Amino acid sequence: MTILDITTALCLTAGCFLGITGGFGIYRLPDFYTRLHASSVTDSACAFLILFGLMLQSGFTLATVKLCFIFFFLVLSSTTATHALAKTARSRGLEPLLGREDKR
Amino acid sequence: MNWVGHYNYWGAIFLMMSGFYVVISRGNLIKKLIGLNIFSTSVFLLYITMGKIKGATAPILTEASQLTASPQIYSNPLPHVLILTAIVVGVATTAVGLALTVRINERYGTIEEDEIRAKDDSL
Amino acid sequence: METTIDIVLLTFLCITAIAIIYIRKLFCGIMLLGIFSLLSACLFVTMDAVDVAFTEAAVGTGISTILLLGAMGQTNAHEKRPPYQPLIALLVVLVTGSVLVYGTMDLPVFGTPDAPIHLHVAPRYIQQSPIEVGPPNMVTSVLASYRGFDTLGETAVIFTAGIALVALLGSSQKKRPPCASPPQPATLHDHLILRIVGKMFIPLILLFALYVQFHGDYGPGGGFQAGVIFASGIILYSLIFGLNTAMRVVSPKALRLLGSLGVLLFGGVGLLCIALGGNFLDYNTLAARPVDGQHLGIFLIELGVGTTVFAIMVMMFYAFSLRGRNTS
Repeated sequence: MTILDITTALCLTAGCFLGITGGFGIYRLPDFYTRLHASSVTDSACAFLILFGLMLQSGFTLATVKLCFIFFFLVLSSTTATHALAKTARSRGLEPLLGREDKR
Repeated sequence: MNWVGHYNYWGAIFLMMSGFYVVISRGNLIKKLIGLNIFSTSVFLLYITMGKIKGATAPILTEASQLTASPQIYSNPLPHVLILTAIVVGVATTAVGLALTVRINERYGTIEEDEIRAKDDSL
Repeated sequence: METTIDIVLLTFLCITAIAIIYIRKLFCGIMLLGIFSLLSACLFVTMDAVDVAFTEAAVGTGISTILLLGAMGQTNAHEKRPPYQPLIALLVVLVTGSVLVYGTMDLPVFGTPDAPIHLHVAPRYIQQSPIEVGPPNMVTSVLASYRGFDTLGETAVIFTAGIALVALLGSSQKKRPPCASPPQPATLHDHLILRIVGKMFIPLILLFALYVQFHGDYGPGGGFQAGVIFASGIILYSLIFGLNTAMRVVSPKALRLLGSLGVLLFGGVGLLCIALGGNFLDYNTLAARPVDGQHLGIFLIELGVGTTVFAIMVMMFYAFSLRGRNTS
């Protein structure tokens, strides 16, 4: 088990944990906009960690370059999709759930 | 009773039966088409499962696969070809079915099967 | 390890199928169908079927979802609660399922190399394909050369589906009466981020589609996947910039031409082989060495397939969108 393997294992585990966190957030959070934010955790951090772990395993080959391209495409397209969802919901009148004023 | 060796087939059959159930028990035309899609995808699963060999790799000759000491076995490419055709034909069928649904909706005003039948009986 | 991945993916697939049965909002059902297609694409990858996984991800998750959403947008989005409990349907399904499971008892165990399916024609394809046909991707050589007739039939089926769709839904805009002015679409200034990201991505998507088309000999890919990816690039353009702009870029007349040209190219290559002295779709006659002839023949028919698939998919999208606009 070289240091590369240990780093890969850590990255993959952290990525999976973040993915589960994102899924849990989608299930439990109360409002549409908060759930959208939870899913963006899965799209950005989880995807980055898992792809980075895979890049470490494949060394300096063409596969690493392809994984890099996949990551850039994923980050840009999923954040744009989140933006499109939020914008459409707002323009159709879905009001966000605002916090209550603190009663002192 | 070799259930360890057959779990893939049973999974595909369960999916086939759930798609079949959606087709025969729901009255909404678009829901029926969704069920038909599930049915055909699970049939693809069954075929591809039959083509897999344990320890084999994808049927593409790369330099890495040709330089191994022991002869490399490849999974059977024939089911892959048949299923490629089937996937594209399936989406063509779905598209024509959806076009028919849109026209039925324009004509009858609804896409629920029992309401369409009632309108037809009353004509 | 592979067994674990298989079982986990199959479990997710079963849960998704059960969710689709019970969900009554059609929009959620269609999205769950997209998830179902993507999960089955993952399962195809674990079964070493990379070409099939590519096609299922592109066609099932992409085009199928768009067409279903387009149809749902013009009909109602909720399913009615069934007025009676479908017990007979459940009984039929259980009986059929148990008969099928009884039938699978005789099937060979999953993964054995000496099952009857691997003993007939497949060893000849695997061993002779690099010698007789040439491309490293054996699926392409079987699809285009050994089973070329099936692929010709499939292209004809796609073309027929396109014709049927155009006949049902219409392909061009009805002439509006001159006094009624068309409603102004939302200005593109509102969609600034989508426009910019779209301008960055759409050329790359089209370039990737061309890469998949011509790289189908060496890796997973080929005409179908390339046509579908090219079509999704154009559909993305039409979703962001408006249907009118997209119809000026790729006009319905050009699509009709391209769709027919693809099938003609495929059939024409076959007839050319007859004219040069061989059988129908016998590429050995196309060049001096048989392997070069096979390479040229596969290149031409994959081009024909990709062109037809692209044209028909975009034509289908246009047909659904125009119908929704003309009747609304």
